[in-house]
Amino acid sequence: MTQTGTLMGFVHRRRRGAELFLLVLALAVGIGAYAAVGLGVEGVVPADLVGYGGWLTALIVAAHVTVRIVAPYADPVLLPLVAALNGLGLAVIRRLDLTYEANGLDQHTFARQQLIWMTLGVVLFIVTLALLRDHRVLQRFTYTAGLLGILLLILPFLPLVGREINGARIWINVAGFSFQPGEVAKVLLVIAFSGYLVLHRDALALAGRRVLFVDLPRGRDLGPILAMFGVSMMILVLQNDLGSSLLFFGLFLAMLYVATERPGWLVVGGLLFGAGALAAYTFVGNVQNRFNFWLDPLDYYEASPGSYQLVEALFGQSWGGLIGRGLGNGFPERVPFAYSDFIVSTIGEELGLTAVMAIILCYGLIVERALRIALISRDGFGKLLAVGLGAIVALQVFVVIGGVTGLIPLTGLTTPFLSYGGSSLVANWVIVALLLRVSDQARRPAPRLDPVDDAGADSESTQVVKLRS
Amino acid sequence: MSELTLFLIRVAFLAILWIFVLSAISVIRSDMFGARVPETARNGAPAPGRKSKAPKPNKKPRRGAPTHLLVVEGENPGTRAELADAPLLIGRGSDAAIKLDDDYVSTRHARVAASGDEWFVEDLGSTNGTYVGPVRITQPTTIGLGVQVRVGKTILELRK
Repeated sequence: MTQTGTLMGFVHRRRRGAELFLLVLALAVGIGAYAAVGLGVEGVVPADLVGYGGWLTALIVAAHVTVRIVAPYADPVLLPLVAALNGLGLAVIRRLDLTYEANGLDQHTFARQQLIWMTLGVVLFIVTLALLRDHRVLQRFTYTAGLLGILLLILPFLPLVGREINGARIWINVAGFSFQPGEVAKVLLVIAFSGYLVLHRDALALAGRRVLFVDLPRGRDLGPILAMFGVSMMILVLQNDLGSSLLFFGLFLAMLYVATERPGWLVVGGLLFGAGALAAYTFVGNVQNRFNFWLDPLDYYEASPGSYQLVEALFGQSWGGLIGRGLGNGFPERVPFAYSDFIVSTIGEELGLTAVMAIILCYGLIVERALRIALISRDGFGKLLAVGLGAIVALQVFVVIGGVTGLIPLTGLTTPFLSYGGSSLVANWVIVALLLRVSDQARRPAPRLDPVDDAGADSESTQVVKLRS
Repeated sequence: MSELTLFLIRVAFLAILWIFVLSAISVIRSDMFGARVPETARNGAPAPGRKSKAPKPNKKPRRGAPTHLLVVEGENPGTRAELADAPLLIGRGSDAAIKLDDDYVSTRHARVAASGDEWFVEDLGSTNGTYVGPVRITQPTTIGLGVQVRVGKTILELRK
C-alpha cells in the first residue's frame, strides 16, 4: 500500500508559487464574476467592487500565507479550487440578492451574510492548520469525536436551542445565529470512523464467517462503529433530513470499503440502500412525492407539494443552453431557494453548460486531490481521513447536482462552497484545512534516513519530519 | 449596456473560468512527476552541502549504540546486517539487506533506518504488517536495543 518517497527517489516539490498563481486566477474568477453581476444587473461596475475585491483578496492571501508557513508541502491545487468556487458562489448569490431587492423582498442580504461566514470559515481554516501540526493527533480522539458528533446531531432536538425550518429539525439558534450542527458532525464522524477503522480493519477484513458472498466480520469488531453509524442514521431520519442520511450512509460505506478492501461491502450496502429506499418510498409520503416529481416533473407543476421548483430550475437550465443568458439576464429568482440548494440551476441558466461543466470539473479535481492525498499518505489514519473527507464532497455534489439536473430524485443538501449556508461553508473550510494538513505530511520528504553526524548537523537535517512514537 | 458588450463580458468570464480550470489541471499534471532526486546525490557521490557526511561511515559508533540487526527467531535465525549500511531493507526480495525465506513476509516488507541517534522501523506497505511488541505499526516507530520487531513469523532485534 505505502511506498515511501526516498526509496523511489521521488520527492514532492513545495509548489507554493504554483498555488499563488492559481489563487490569482481564482480571485480573477471571483471578482470578475462580481463585476459581471454589477454590469449585467445594473449596467455599471458595482461601487463596492474595490472593497469587496480587497476583502476577498485579503482572506485568500491570509489563507495562502498560513499554508506557506505551517504547511509548506501541502497540495497546491486544493486552496485555489475552493477559493474559486467560493468566490463564484458569492457573486451568484449577490446577483440573486439584487433581484430580490428590486422585487421588494425582505431578505436580500444573503451575499453579505455569506461573506461573513466565509470570513469565519477562513479564520477556522487558519486556526485548524496552525494548531493541528500533525493530523495523527486526531487519532487519539476517536471515541471523543464520535460521541461529540452524535451529541451535535442530537442538539436540534433540545427544546431551547433547537429549531425547525422548512420541515427539517436540523437547526440550532444561539444568540440570533442559526447553525446546522450536523455539518460539523460529519467532519467529527469521519475522524471517528477513520480512527476506529485503522485499528480494526484487519479484524474486520479477516476474522469472521462467510455468509452468502460476503465475509461477515465478528460482532465485537463491527459493533462499535455500527452503533455509531446506527445512532446517527436514526437521528437523521427522525430529523426528517433525507439528504444528510444519504450522505452518512454513503460515507460509512465508502470508508468501510476502503478500510477492508472487500468489494462485498458494496454489495451489502447496495442491497441495504435498496431496501431502505423501498421502505422509505412505501412509508414516507415525502419520499414518494420526490420520486414522482423526478419521474414526471411536469405532471405535478401545479400540485400543492408540487414540482414547481424543480420544473422552473429545469426550464432555466435549458433556456441557459450552452453559454447561458449572461449574469443578470435570466430569471433564476423564479426558482425558490435559488441561492442555496438550487444555485447550480442559477449558474446553468445565466452562465450555461460551459460554466456548470467547469464547476463539476472543479469538484472532480477536489475529490481527485483527496484520493491522491490518501494514496501518498504514509499512515493508515491519514489515508482513511482523506478518503472520508473526499467522499463527503463527492457524495454531496452528486446528490445536489444530480437532483437539480433531474438525474436522481431531489434531496436537499448544500452544494459545497457555492450555496448560501454558513454552517456548511465553515465545515467545508475545515475539511479543506484537514486535507491540506494530511497532504503536507504526506508530501514532505521522508526523514533523512542515513545516520546523521550528531556533531555537525548541517542544513540538510532540518528536513527531518517530526517523528512521534 | 449593449447586447454585444454583455455577450463579450459573458464569453470573457467563461474564458477566465476555463483558463483557471485548465491551469489547475496543468499544475496537477506537472505535480504528478514530482522532482527526481539526482542520481548522484542519492548514491552519496560528493554533492554540494553533503561534504560533511562523507567521512561519516568511518566514524566509530558510540558506546552502547546498536551495531547490527539480528534475526533471533524464524526461518533464518542468525542472519545479521550491519547498521553501518543503513537504511536496511527487510523482505523476501533479492535486494533486501536481510533476506528472509518466510512465506508471511512481503518482498519489500520493512525498513530500518536512523534519524539522529534513534533507530526507526518503517513498514513498507507489507501484506501482513510489521509489529513492534504486540502493536502493528502504521508509521515509522522508534526501536531500541533488544526491542523485538516481528515481520511475518520472523523476529528481529537490534544488538550491540
